[in-house]
Amino acid sequence: MASKYSNLTFKGYRRENGRVGVRNHVVILPVDDISNAACEAVANNIKGTLALPHSYGRLQFGEDLDLHFRTMIGTGANPNVAAAIVIGIEPGWTKRIVDGIAETGKPVAGFSIEQNGDLKTIMDASHKAKEFVQWASELQREECSVSDLWISTKCGESDTTTGLGSCPTVGNMYDKLLPEGIYGVFGETSEITGGEHIAKARAINPEVGERWYKMWKAYQDDVIEAHKVDDLSESQPTKGNIEGGLTTIEEKALGNLEKIGRTSRYINILGPAETPKSGKGLYFMDSSSAAAECVTLMAAGGYVIHTFPTGQGNIVGNPIVPVVKISANPRTVRTMSEHIDVDVSGILRREMTIDEAGDALIDTIMRTANGRFTAAEALGHREFVMTKLYRSA
Amino acid sequence: MSIPHLLVHDPKDNVGVVVVEGLKAGTRMLCVVTHDNSSFELEAKQDVPIGHKIALADLKKGDTAIKYGEDIGRMVGDAKKGEHVHVHNLKTKRW
Repeated sequence: MASKYSNLTFKGYRRENGRVGVRNHVVILPVDDISNAACEAVANNIKGTLALPHSYGRLQFGEDLDLHFRTMIGTGANPNVAAAIVIGIEPGWTKRIVDGIAETGKPVAGFSIEQNGDLKTIMDASHKAKEFVQWASELQREECSVSDLWISTKCGESDTTTGLGSCPTVGNMYDKLLPEGIYGVFGETSEITGGEHIAKARAINPEVGERWYKMWKAYQDDVIEAHKVDDLSESQPTKGNIEGGLTTIEEKALGNLEKIGRTSRYINILGPAETPKSGKGLYFMDSSSAAAECVTLMAAGGYVIHTFPTGQGNIVGNPIVPVVKISANPRTVRTMSEHIDVDVSGILRREMTIDEAGDALIDTIMRTANGRFTAAEALGHREFVMTKLYRSA
Repeated sequence: MSIPHLLVHDPKDNVGVVVVEGLKAGTRMLCVVTHDNSSFELEAKQDVPIGHKIALADLKKGDTAIKYGEDIGRMVGDAKKGEHVHVHNLKTKRW
């Protein structure tokens, strides 16, 4: 059934595999920590490219290594990326990432440092990066439907105003746009604690709900119970949460879950950085509640715009995905205005309804999709943080 | 409608959230329940910062605090009606 949201369009970059990006980055992706310097040198040589340095990629194994590859490949494969250069210390793992990205059909090239040294690698990769960036800079945006958008969400530095205002705003957006055929995702496994009965019941059917509950319980047993030294009350809730008036994890979880609105149901569960394969709709991604980690994982899953409710003022961004900040806290909107894209503090004054706030967010999403910089992009926030599951070998 | 001082999510809740800055003890607060837009008045007994909670009824140690109509933890100290509820008198039942 057509709604007033059905005809929303934006100008995006349609990629070789049919997905649509809202940005047009050429990324220089290090396979491992020791290749960061070469990547940063290439990005310095060739304007319009973006190096994505990170801390890992050596001596990882098992599920942790799988996650590393999935994050690297997913980042390069994201439709906000036009083309990718991959640089690693040796050719084997470099090729594995190049081959993964190449499945999208986009231009990608790999370079390895052993038997070449940094300087020759940088020269060779710079020539290729120049070719890619000149090619990418000629790509044109074309008209796309709102249904081409993949929109993720995760909140941060939450307080009681997020549960009253900014999270229900995101929930209202999902209730309006999921029926139009977008892909959505929420996550933050630890932060559902206290609202797990609600999250379980919001699955599309009991089978998916049971699988969700098992995933959540495994995190409780394997991570929290195995490693906790206290009641986590300085990490869940965080110091910032407590300053903002949130007292317990239960209270935080209930506010967090406002992000999935009133009618939306998740259709499947994703591992960290996993790309959805069950069609359009809302997904839950098993993920950290730390902002940069979570946004990085969702970007690697293929999401192209992130909606980020904040109360006390989390300032996170991402190198390849625009992060839209929404706040209902009047103090934050006043004292940190340069970080906030959508001010919904009128909800607290009863001057703005959740419906109006949802429409304001949708408007900002469409403008962002058309190319308008978010606050985090204008301020240069490019946090790219890998999730590591356990110690390296 | 005037600007409320306190918002309450659900009619079953026994705590509400201060949504104005600089709330002083003695203020007759306009309280609005967002679920049904009903309103009531309550006197703040303490200065409470924006975002922090106030008890809507006398809460005793051991009572369950209710917000969003759900259990958000156990009182580990008393809070009289109109007083501040936070980490000094409310604690998680988890981990």
